[in-house]
Amino acid sequence: MSYLLITAVILVCSLRAIRTGRLLISALWLAGASAAVAVLMYMLGAPEVAVIELSVGAGLVTVLFVFAINIAGDDPLPRRPAIPKPLSWVLIAGSLALLGWLTLSALRLPPPVPEASRFAEVVWERRTLDVLLQVVLIFGGVLAVLGLLHEPDRGTAKENRS
Amino acid sequence: MNVSLPAAAFVAVLGLLGIGLYGLLVTRSLIRVIVALQILVKGAMVALLLAGRLSGQIQTGQSLALTVIVADTIVAVVALSLAVQVRRHFGTLDVQSLTTLRR
Repeated sequence: MSYLLITAVILVCSLRAIRTGRLLISALWLAGASAAVAVLMYMLGAPEVAVIELSVGAGLVTVLFVFAINIAGDDPLPRRPAIPKPLSWVLIAGSLALLGWLTLSALRLPPPVPEASRFAEVVWERRTLDVLLQVVLIFGGVLAVLGLLHEPDRGTAKENRS
Repeated sequence: MNVSLPAAAFVAVLGLLGIGLYGLLVTRSLIRVIVALQILVKGAMVALLLAGRLSGQIQTGQSLALTVIVADTIVAVVALSLAVQVRRHFGTLDVQSLTTLRR
């Protein structure tokens, strides 16, 4: 029963995040969905990733959204959707039906062999390349953001024009 | 009604993927596009963990989900910076109004 409840909370929060009018409220619903996903991750037996998802997904990303929305503004946009809604529902239903059919037919897995490793051992010893790539991604992201948000010096711009 | 955890997680995966896809198809705001992407990626993360649990390799599933969290956060940060700059330069976040390539 609790599994159904947490799934319902995830889906309701996600749907409200898409359908609500104001961007700030949408970011808050997304934070609620992230927190519920973290609880589901804990139930699936992944406590380490659940904590990281809670702090990064529900915490850091929400702060970033609030920051960006405050700078960019929350102006109302026309309600007319980019694609007609009936067409979008058909496309989504078709995609999910195909995904569900393909996944269910592949779920005849052999009996699971319990993994003896710990999370730290898997991350630091078996997937060291993943960790290095994450570090490179983080540095690349920081450089990208610095480049995107850089404002040219007005004095230099005037000199270049003259 | 007794529903098993893998079944509930599978429903959550399909629901998150469907809602994220719906958001990408119908939304006009650039920031809401990023919200929809975040929802999609959460579905992918839960799918990875579900696969890890079903195959008995939950630690491997966790390490893959960790990589996805890091990549997703970086994508969100860069995309939000792009959205802020788009708003500053074009005055709007409406994806259908951003038609400079046609000029």
